[in-house]
Amino acid sequence: MLRAEAVRKSFNGTEVLKGIDLEVTEGEVVCLIGASGSGKSTLLRCLNLLEQVDDGDIWLGDAEITDPRVDVDAVRRRIGIVFQAYNLFPHKTVLDNIVLGPVTVGGRSKAEAAATAHELLTRIGLEDRAGAYPDALSGGQQQRVALVRAIAMRPEVLLLDEITSALDPMLVGEVLDVIRDLRREGMTIVMATHEMAFAREVADRIVFMADGCIEESGTPEQVFTTPKSPRTAEFLARHLA
Amino acid sequence: MTTSERQLERDRYRRRRTLTRGAVAAVSTLVVIGLLVYVVGNSPGWDRVHRTYFWWPDAKSSFPEVARSFWLNIRLFMVVEVFVLIVGIVVAIIRVVPAPALAPIKLLAVLYADVFRGTPTLLIVLLVGFGLPALNLTGMPTSLFWLGVIALTLSYGAYVAEVIRAGILSIHPTQWASGRALGMTYGQTMRHVVLPQALRRVAPPLLNDFVSLQKDTALLSTIGLVESLRAAQVISGKDFIFTPYVVAAAFFIAATIPLARFTDYLTVRSLRRENGLIT
Ligand SMILES: Nc1ncnc2c1ncn2[C@@H]1O[C@H](COP(=O)(O)OP(=O)(O)OP(=O)(O)O)[C@@H](O)[C@H]1O
Ligand SMILES: [Mg+2]
Repeated sequence: MLRAEAVRKSFNGTEVLKGIDLEVTEGEVVCLIGASGSGKSTLLRCLNLLEQVDDGDIWLGDAEITDPRVDVDAVRRRIGIVFQAYNLFPHKTVLDNIVLGPVTVGGRSKAEAAATAHELLTRIGLEDRAGAYPDALSGGQQQRVALVRAIAMRPEVLLLDEITSALDPMLVGEVLDVIRDLRREGMTIVMATHEMAFAREVADRIVFMADGCIEESGTPEQVFTTPKSPRTAEFLARHLA
Repeated sequence: MTTSERQLERDRYRRRRTLTRGAVAAVSTLVVIGLLVYVVGNSPGWDRVHRTYFWWPDAKSSFPEVARSFWLNIRLFMVVEVFVLIVGIVVAIIRVVPAPALAPIKLLAVLYADVFRGTPTLLIVLLVGFGLPALNLTGMPTSLFWLGVIALTLSYGAYVAEVIRAGILSIHPTQWASGRALGMTYGQTMRHVVLPQALRRVAPPLLNDFVSLQKDTALLSTIGLVESLRAAQVISGKDFIFTPYVVAAAFFIAATIPLARFTDYLTVRSLRRENGLIT
């Protein structure tokens, strides 16, 4: 479904990704964990072509999307991404945020897109806030809307970059609930997160990154209970304490 | 570490694409310019236009005089620019401060912005240049230079105040809240947190107004200041030639280009900064 091979990326001479190999199969939920600065966000941005890789290949389905000849916008339409904060367009209402993509790039009719948007909003319990502006929502509500906005584009893969780390612990739960829902529906998800307990519960696979490399990867059971690498063990010890 | 063959091929492709695009741009530019030169050069009236507007001997002979008087335009511009910034910032702040006690001053500020943005700059120049001295007030400057400075400051201060006000209002309310939360007063938050961000954000439109101001120093010729446009007028009136005007225009353009490029640079830089967000 989505595959990275020997992906490298440097910023001003500092190598941030040092040859990443990662394969995500359809319907799989992969959680990226690792210390701050280990390259999780950079990897996600490379997968979405927000950053141009210095070397290596990225495949989406059977298309090599690192090829400079591919239509970047078409690729991004197939991949949804949600960031830590500031996802929503502050000058548009919740409903307009959600229908913007489907109408302008998806070519759907305004009425059809709005109907889908209302349905999605109902599922996350925010149907009564459709006319509100983002600044009038709580952080958790904003992130739920951001998720729904990404899903409204019907992406094949969803990339989530620490979408709960700017949130109050009280609000984290409601966002994670939405992700659980998506998982049940078979959405393919790659998420960077610091929520270890959640990663353990929801992930099919945990990928531990350190210094721009994948240090260890395996099922949550294996990585959390019997980590192979001492670095993984040390990281988990600190984060589960 | 060696770069993969595939990556090398990609880099080659990208380089080729950049070159192709550059070549297309160069060729199309040349074609357009060539066409323009051809059409103008072959128009029936080109000979007369050439002699009247673009006559090299006239340009050479009027150059020193126009250059000397352009120095006055530069001085005017430099002085007015400083005053405009001061007036702009003060008026903008008065308009956004939420103090009920300031209501009369705020009303004045609104009135000022409305009246002076609504009046043609040329009219303001004439009214100030001929009207103020006629009042015979003591202490009122009578030098044409300072009357000109006052007129342009009044006109451009109103524009710039609105630009800065828009900048202040565009700063997210959280920035105010964060400043106040640290215990800073309204004034301190404005000075250290909000205004610096606002000015940075509106730098391109501000510079845009300054480019325009640079050109409008020529309006002061109407009240008798012998700046470069007036100097060109004197020469051409004597000899019935228009080339000196073109020389003056060249000076204005030459003075505007650095500001325009600087504006572009600032715009691109702020774009880059804002897009470089990464967590
Ligand atoms: N645009 C950029 N320019 C320069 N350096 C960058 C840029 N983006 C990221 N970096 C550097 O790359 C490294 C990896 O950053 P990245 O954001 O991928 O880490 P991360 O694993 O997401 O960390 P966190 O858990 O804190 O979000 C960091 O050292 C960062 O400073
Ligand atoms: Mg990150």
